[in-house]
Amino acid sequence: MSYQSLSLNSEPVEAGNDTLPHEETVARQARPLRFITCGSVDDGKSTLIGRLLWDTKAVKEDQAATLRRQSTGKQNDLGLPDFAMLLDGLQAEREQGITIDVAYRYFATARRSFIVADTPGHVQYTRNMATGASTADLAVLLVDARSGILEQTRRHATIAALMGIRQFVLAVNKIDLAQYDEAGFNAIARTFREIALSLGVCQITAIPVSALKGENIVLRGDDEMPWYSGPTLVEVLENATQRTGQTTGFRLPVQRVSRPGEGFRGYQGTVAGGSIKPGDSVVVLPSGVEANVKAIVTYDLVRNAAVHGDAITLVLDRPVDVARGDMIAAIDQRPLTGRAFTARLVALSADGIVPAKRYWLKAGTRRQRVLVRPTSTLDLATGNWDDSHVVPVNCIGVVELDFEELAIFDPYETNRDTGSFILIDPETLNTVAGGMIDGKRSKPGRFDTLPDADRATITLPARLLEAFLKTEFARAHAGEIRITGG
Amino acid sequence: MNVIEHGRGKPPLDPHLKALENEAIHIFREVAAEFERPVMLYSVGKDSSVLLHLALKAFHPGKLPFPLVHIDTGWKFPEMIAFRDAVVAKHGLELIAHTNPDGVRDQVSPFSHGSSRYTDIMKTRALKQALDIGRYDAAFGGARRDEEASRAKERIYSFRTPDHAWDPRNQRPELWSIYNGMIHAGESVRAFPLSNWTEVDIWRYIQAESIELVPLYFAQRRRIVERDDMMILAEDKRLELLPGEQVREEMIRFRTLGCFPLTGAVRSDAATLDDIIAELEIATVSERQGRAIDRDQSGSMEKKKREGYF
Repeated sequence: MSYQSLSLNSEPVEAGNDTLPHEETVARQARPLRFITCGSVDDGKSTLIGRLLWDTKAVKEDQAATLRRQSTGKQNDLGLPDFAMLLDGLQAEREQGITIDVAYRYFATARRSFIVADTPGHVQYTRNMATGASTADLAVLLVDARSGILEQTRRHATIAALMGIRQFVLAVNKIDLAQYDEAGFNAIARTFREIALSLGVCQITAIPVSALKGENIVLRGDDEMPWYSGPTLVEVLENATQRTGQTTGFRLPVQRVSRPGEGFRGYQGTVAGGSIKPGDSVVVLPSGVEANVKAIVTYDLVRNAAVHGDAITLVLDRPVDVARGDMIAAIDQRPLTGRAFTARLVALSADGIVPAKRYWLKAGTRRQRVLVRPTSTLDLATGNWDDSHVVPVNCIGVVELDFEELAIFDPYETNRDTGSFILIDPETLNTVAGGMIDGKRSKPGRFDTLPDADRATITLPARLLEAFLKTEFARAHAGEIRITGG
Repeated sequence: MNVIEHGRGKPPLDPHLKALENEAIHIFREVAAEFERPVMLYSVGKDSSVLLHLALKAFHPGKLPFPLVHIDTGWKFPEMIAFRDAVVAKHGLELIAHTNPDGVRDQVSPFSHGSSRYTDIMKTRALKQALDIGRYDAAFGGARRDEEASRAKERIYSFRTPDHAWDPRNQRPELWSIYNGMIHAGESVRAFPLSNWTEVDIWRYIQAESIELVPLYFAQRRRIVERDDMMILAEDKRLELLPGEQVREEMIRFRTLGCFPLTGAVRSDAATLDDIIAELEIATVSERQGRAIDRDQSGSMEKKKREGYF
């Protein structure tokens, strides 16, 4: 069988649409699915997205006419316009023939609507890919059937997985130029599956496609590929799952306090986890004051409950001191609070992230000063972590964060909304990094900050251990060794 | 969890529109909390009407914590101005209408100065004047990424220099729903709560929320004249007919509203929201097709935006 889809993901997810009754009404039964496409111009990425927009009729006639005017002489042999011209919206991009920045596209099928973040493929635009990936539920990785998995495929998969994407689609494009070779496709799919599984991504679908000819994108390519029985790209997208952020308790980062007059005091924000209803007990962080929910106020009058994603105004049953940047959370499922955390981040600015520099950190609605200490950097080419005290631009680093005041987070793995942050340079005020919280740091030992993959456990007889600990090497790396057992 | 909304006697929004509404409200509140002098650009059109409705929702039960600015070129459809004044009165809003005094003095019109110079003077420059007079550090706009190719690359917080210029190659990265609202004195942002909405979303939301609109959006028999491949409304005395032009009646409506001499009508029988949505589902041309200012050259929107256009 050439198509396999493993679903080992045990996280609670919101059903896409598979349980929904009528075709024509289904599109309105789900939130838009957000996904990213990764690959380079050479892989036919623009053609793939163009094909999606074209075959779902998202391109209008006047846009197509502009396209035809601009792409004279560049039309392909099927008489279709040059899709890259449609997608690369900036003049510099059209002049250079490359995609520089993330572009957002919108299309819908009868069953669902989609927001695709079209991200550049080159290594110098890794930061733009990370930006697109931060809000995506699924990644479509594109390879050329003739060249198979490249270093950049591995890099794209690594970044997508790091940013929390747990569903991959491998689109093996230009399958027509590879003579619709089933064995070749299977070999590529196998290699990719190994990479994805090593990154902790278990929902993987590989599809042989020809974006140019429109095979297995929206329409099936059965004539040329009778051996492929799996879904088309659009079918996978229609059935993809969305994260709901329900793995943590109730979270409301407070955006503003509404006091329109005497007697009303409401806390406005967007529910970033869990759900809430009147009568529930909550804690205000960082102060730790407890209260009960009196009402959930919206423009459409009073609601009996609110869930993750809802923009609400919360009224509590007693006067408490709450300010912007505070977090209102479930009393029995509190987030982590502390002054020391570990995180991974993507450096977005040319200067990189430098040690012992104080940045502004914004997480949810909370902005505070932070000291950032990089401890290792991921080499995207090899997948190895190196010791490094600077995280260069477009690189991913493990860092230690130290705050002057209490910080409030959940690990990114359990909550994307309350586990993510940006760093802002205090001088330029630019956004210089996007980060994901791994956990709280109790003691500042190097061992605790190492990624699992870089740790090895060895078992030694006690007398050998003593001898080992006396060596110069062990003394120099004392912070990286943890001794257990007895 | 089963969420029930009481009151107002309307069914709850579908999850798609609810998600878009939630995102827009989040952006409104974030900007209002982080900036000192926010303002909302109100153009009286359908997107502005949705934007205003979302703003009222975001700050309920309070009033809007910012004024509205309307750039009045003097050439808007008269029905737009009447509608604007009625909306302002109904919701008790603070509205600042601004017209470029230099343009008024020089009698700048779309007929005498051409669409591109006219737009620069009466829209782009007028907007900059209004923002400078109010010393606003954040301005909400109703632009959507699906409108035009260069808009597709714009951030939700679109950073502008003290000269209001947009540098598309040097935009701040925008991850998750964390927005960087830190700016130096004199700099500003344009904030776009409707970034992720499409034209159909706008209409479905108008229907679901019963939002009032300028009647020009609905088909009716109106007097028009054909000019530059556009059907222009011929109900304003200031429109001078050119040799060979004839006024005739057609069943028409407008998909976007701007300055009447520059906005083309479409032939349509869509007289209700249901009709319009049904028409859109099978539409084969984009809404900006009727806008003369977009057609000069491709990339012209990017050029105008770099210069400070919304």
